[in-house]
Amino acid sequence: MADAARKIDPAPAAHALAVRDLQAWYDESHILHGINFDVAPGEVVTLLGRNGAGKTTTLRAIMGLIGKRTGSVQFENRELIALPARAIAKLGIAFCPEERGIFSSLSVDENLMLPPVIKPGGLSREDVLTMFPNLRERLSSQGTKLSGGEQQMLAIARILRTGAKFLLLDEPTEGLAPVIVQQIGRTLATLKNQGFTIVLVEQNFHFAASVADRHYVVEQGRVIDMIPNTEIQTNLGKLHAYLGV
Amino acid sequence: MFELLGIPPQALFGQLLLGLINGSFYALLSLGLAVIFGLLNIINFSHGAQYMMGAFVAWMGLTYLGIPYWGALIVVPLVVGATGVVIERLMISRLYHLDHLYGLLLTFGLALIIQGLFRNGFGVSGLPYSIPSQLSGGTNLGFMFLPNYRAWVVVASLLVCFGTWFAIERTRLGAYLRAATENPTLVGAFGINVPRMITLTYGFGVALAAFAGVLAAPIYSVNPNMGADLIIVVFAVVVIGGMGSILGAILTGFGLGIVEGLTKVFYPEASSVAIFVIMAIVLLVKPAGLFGRTA
Repeated sequence: MADAARKIDPAPAAHALAVRDLQAWYDESHILHGINFDVAPGEVVTLLGRNGAGKTTTLRAIMGLIGKRTGSVQFENRELIALPARAIAKLGIAFCPEERGIFSSLSVDENLMLPPVIKPGGLSREDVLTMFPNLRERLSSQGTKLSGGEQQMLAIARILRTGAKFLLLDEPTEGLAPVIVQQIGRTLATLKNQGFTIVLVEQNFHFAASVADRHYVVEQGRVIDMIPNTEIQTNLGKLHAYLGV
Repeated sequence: MFELLGIPPQALFGQLLLGLINGSFYALLSLGLAVIFGLLNIINFSHGAQYMMGAFVAWMGLTYLGIPYWGALIVVPLVVGATGVVIERLMISRLYHLDHLYGLLLTFGLALIIQGLFRNGFGVSGLPYSIPSQLSGGTNLGFMFLPNYRAWVVVASLLVCFGTWFAIERTRLGAYLRAATENPTLVGAFGINVPRMITLTYGFGVALAAFAGVLAAPIYSVNPNMGADLIIVVFAVVVIGGMGSILGAILTGFGLGIVEGLTKVFYPEASSVAIFVIMAIVLLVKPAGLFGRTA
């Protein structure tokens, strides 16, 4: 029986996400040239790299938000490469875009309640508002009247309700005050404790080191290195060279 | 006061009522255009033809199948809306990756074909559709005589316009629609079927036009050109109100109907151009329209 089950499962069950030779194009320009990485269930993994390396494109390609992509993206042993974004969302992957995507014609409350629940086990509205108390006082405000930090919290908060346990977060700390960055860091730690798996695109290396288990370095549309967070001190020189910081 | 202005109250109130009735149609039609434009980014030039189809399908339902007016008010928007769904699926959906102009050209071409078919089938002299017996006659309000059917048109239009506004601005389904209008890609990434929403929205906008057509059938003669005559004014209304604004479309529709009515009282020579003069002024002063959001 066990053998039979293994034959049906092409990828080892240890991976929540397995990306193999992922290539992607924006119109005619070839952005990703073969991205390979894995994410284990319950892990927080970052994609590090310079501007234009292809980190955001990697997240968008996983989510099916890019015109043309090839290779393989397996999520819980299901192949996503041919699926449209809405089908990928329904399998339990939630995406928080870099620009946050708060809708100006919706109130904070409507923004929060917008993503449909796709499976049980998500946070309740009350849980989410306890996690982000600032939002509770602003529920009837227009979504885009919130500060940048509050908009980022709202963008994360609304995908926690859906039951998706696999989060793709694109630069959640970009342009935010240090105190807000700390709050987001604590939130990610809480989510990890609750069993969420997170792939994070980050420019802020110190933030990445404070929350992640492992780091993948992306350069020119390829993953060129992987550094476990425990070995980060011994690899600082190498990382600085990669990131040019 | 009326005597001072040299205008008998009957004429004033009569024209105000006429303006309100015209405004009822402007509001329903520009509302449909605004809903469609908001999500599809397409100026639906076949809107007038679809309004005309509403009147014709009501006439056919009554003549061939014996469907009474009240049944037609429900059935006709569904039938004509379904043709809209088919048109969106088969044709309009193929144009989303192109410039908006192509959607306009396609729907304009469709309007000409639809009108041509009805002209060919029914001629241009117009067909009669009688007022339902419950609404025949009128009420004497003391200062004027109010035909019951016309009062009903205003009430029905207000109800449908307000209902549509409520559904879009105050419900969860409306929140999906507003969100998809802003950022369809992200809404799709939440697991919502945006293409289906777009199809149904077009169908709904077309159904609104057909509903207006049924309302119009007993007032105006059922005629293949009835939409073409009206739609030009409705486009002016949409430009004045601001493309894509739901409340703007409703308020401007009724408001301009009344302004047009008043022009007929005070300066009849200008009545047919009053709306276009207002449009020109609005375009100069506030190009996004009175209720439009500047991008």
